[in-house]
Amino acid sequence: MVPTSYYLILSAIIFVIGAAGVLGRRNALIIVMCVEMMLNSVNLTLIAFARQWDNLNGQVFVFLVMAVAAAEVAVGLAILIAHYHQSKSTNIDDVNVMKW
Amino acid sequence: MSFEMIFFILVGALSVGSAVGVVSSKVAVHSALFLLVHFATLAILYVTLNAQFLAAVQVIVYAGGIVILILFVIMLIGSAPLDTRAGYRNWVPYAGLGLGGALLAGISWNVLRMPAVALNPDANQGGVPVVLGLHLYSQNILLVELAAVLLLVALLGALLLARRPKAEEA
Repeated sequence: MVPTSYYLILSAIIFVIGAAGVLGRRNALIIVMCVEMMLNSVNLTLIAFARQWDNLNGQVFVFLVMAVAAAEVAVGLAILIAHYHQSKSTNIDDVNVMKW
Repeated sequence: MSFEMIFFILVGALSVGSAVGVVSSKVAVHSALFLLVHFATLAILYVTLNAQFLAAVQVIVYAGGIVILILFVIMLIGSAPLDTRAGYRNWVPYAGLGLGGALLAGISWNVLRMPAVALNPDANQGGVPVVLGLHLYSQNILLVELAAVLLLVALLGALLLARRPKAEEA
């Protein structure tokens, strides 16, 4: 069997790539996708630990993360569309309507 | 090297490669397609971790729902490539690479320092729907109810936010 630590390191690599995308890209749609990737890497960690400790609570937690991710992506994309109606741009640097 | 390890390395490499593709492709549609590959590889990894039902849910919810939703939004608002390097100084990407590498090295070091636990080969055969469903709907019923409320509120919020402004409707 593949040791749990290998899964954890793979998950860390994916998380770092996702974080780099969130911080480095300007396209708001790609930032949403990178946030999804980060959430998924944490899911992988939770499932790996659920196997290691033979405990189903990790998998239940993954269900809740998936529900939250679905809600988050729906609301986030709605905000993107609302912003696009106003400024005709998906560049994250143009999102400043709430700047004081 | 066992067959399982080779399989894990192949799928993991595909997963990391598609993640890099999501971050680095210029066109948003390409990113969405790479994201689809990434979610599929994660579903394969879930099967190897004895989480069969979650693998199915991963394919249905993420690959079937969220990626399609993202593709619809790309079709709605267009995906003209942006200048990906706007607004920061020349040395910032290198600093980011260095800090990301440091984060990864820190996590990896801590993970590898962890004492090795002998795994039970029969561990978590409860990834199948019956056992997981019993666990979810007996001990964690409140969480299921809260998730339902959350999804309802998100649905209403998304409808409200994505509505066109009144002036355009008239």
